[in-house]
Amino acid sequence: MAADGNAPTITEYIQHHLTNWTYGKLPAGTYCDGKSVQETSGWAVAHCPEEMTAMGFNAIHVDSMLWSISLGLIFLMIFRMCAKKAHSGVPTGMLNLVEIIIEFIDKTVKETFHYRSRFVAPLALTIFVWVFLMNLMDLLPVDIVPQLAAWVAGDSHFYFKIVPTTDPNVTLGMGFTVIFLVILFSIRQKGLIGFIKELTFHPFHPSFKGIGLLFAPLIIVFNLILETIGLVAKPISLGLRLFGNLYAGEMIFILIAAMFGAGFLFSLFAGVLQLGWALFHIIIITLQAFVFMVLTVVYMSMAFHNDDEDQFTH
Amino acid sequence: MNLNLTIIGQSITFIVFVLICMKYIWPLIIAAMTERQAKIADGLAAADRANKDLELAQEKVMHALRDAKTEAAGILESANKRATQIVEEAKEQAREEGSRIKAATQAEVEQEVNRAKESLRSQVAVLAFTGAEKVLESSVDQSAHKDMIDKLAASL
Repeated sequence: MAADGNAPTITEYIQHHLTNWTYGKLPAGTYCDGKSVQETSGWAVAHCPEEMTAMGFNAIHVDSMLWSISLGLIFLMIFRMCAKKAHSGVPTGMLNLVEIIIEFIDKTVKETFHYRSRFVAPLALTIFVWVFLMNLMDLLPVDIVPQLAAWVAGDSHFYFKIVPTTDPNVTLGMGFTVIFLVILFSIRQKGLIGFIKELTFHPFHPSFKGIGLLFAPLIIVFNLILETIGLVAKPISLGLRLFGNLYAGEMIFILIAAMFGAGFLFSLFAGVLQLGWALFHIIIITLQAFVFMVLTVVYMSMAFHNDDEDQFTH
Repeated sequence: MNLNLTIIGQSITFIVFVLICMKYIWPLIIAAMTERQAKIADGLAAADRANKDLELAQEKVMHALRDAKTEAAGILESANKRATQIVEEAKEQAREEGSRIKAATQAEVEQEVNRAKESLRSQVAVLAFTGAEKVLESSVDQSAHKDMIDKLAASL
């Protein structure tokens, strides 16, 4: 897959598989393989990792977006079709599957989230099914779709990653969205003051009487730092957990795939490994989708939870 | 790890998908499932009710059957009693009839006897006179001894 037609080294092969199809604003004077390919700055598809680094934030992973949106649309279409067909009679075919999933999500949400919200359950459903579908792409043989894409694009160097969840942008994007929603609902439930109080008066309650007044600002600042770290850690842990699991899984698939090129015996061994890892990976992709969903519901539950009310009721 | 605009694109996509799911998917399916649940619950309740109804009906049938049996037994008993009674009555009547016939016969016999006695009595005097005439070889003055003979006849 090297540009000059020679078989790629294993490093190149792996590198190629881990690089996204990137479209971004390329600054002038970027070098690719020691050659200058860009005279003026402008939007273009990146051809090498150097160009991607040069693009910085002003770039978008076309393959990640393409696949995540496509899979999301598949999810929505299937579920929408079933939703339109849904009736109170005996469910058949796809409707059965969809209802099993919905019932499972509904049960999980009700166990964790004890407040009234029309938003949380659909959120959990979207996360679970969408993330599961994105993870599922990991089970496709690592070379089929990228090779096909390269053939269609007519460029053997074409970058094409098909598992959106191995892109930290995708997972962190979802993680930060979840936390954005958590903050939004916190403010809606408790008011802005309540939310700020939650950030500043916990976990150590400052005293405003006598000598305590002197330490109150200190405690508040300390609380704020602690709570902010906690708040920021949530989306990062959410995103990186999913990314890490899927990235590692993808990496192992790539390594196994690389082994296929090392002779007949190795191919046989690789085949067994491929099968074993794929079977094991089925559990991982489902579990990661589930974990992401459950944690989201837990965070949303925390957003709806009001400590002040607790003090009155207890 | 290149963080770039993808993160924002994914966030927007995510929100849009969740909103679509919330508006067009979740409520419809949940509504259908809730409705089905209610329907099934109704069906089960109806089945329960039907079962209970059946039980009640069976109980009623059993009651009716028992009543009918008791009634039949009662009727049978009273019929038997009536039959015995009729037989008894018939026996009684027969006995009465018998004794009446017997009494009548007896009375007739007595009457006959009396009549025989009477006629015998009336002939006693003649016989006695005839006997006495034969014994005495002479005529007896009937008028002289008539009283005495009459007295004898009456004592017979």
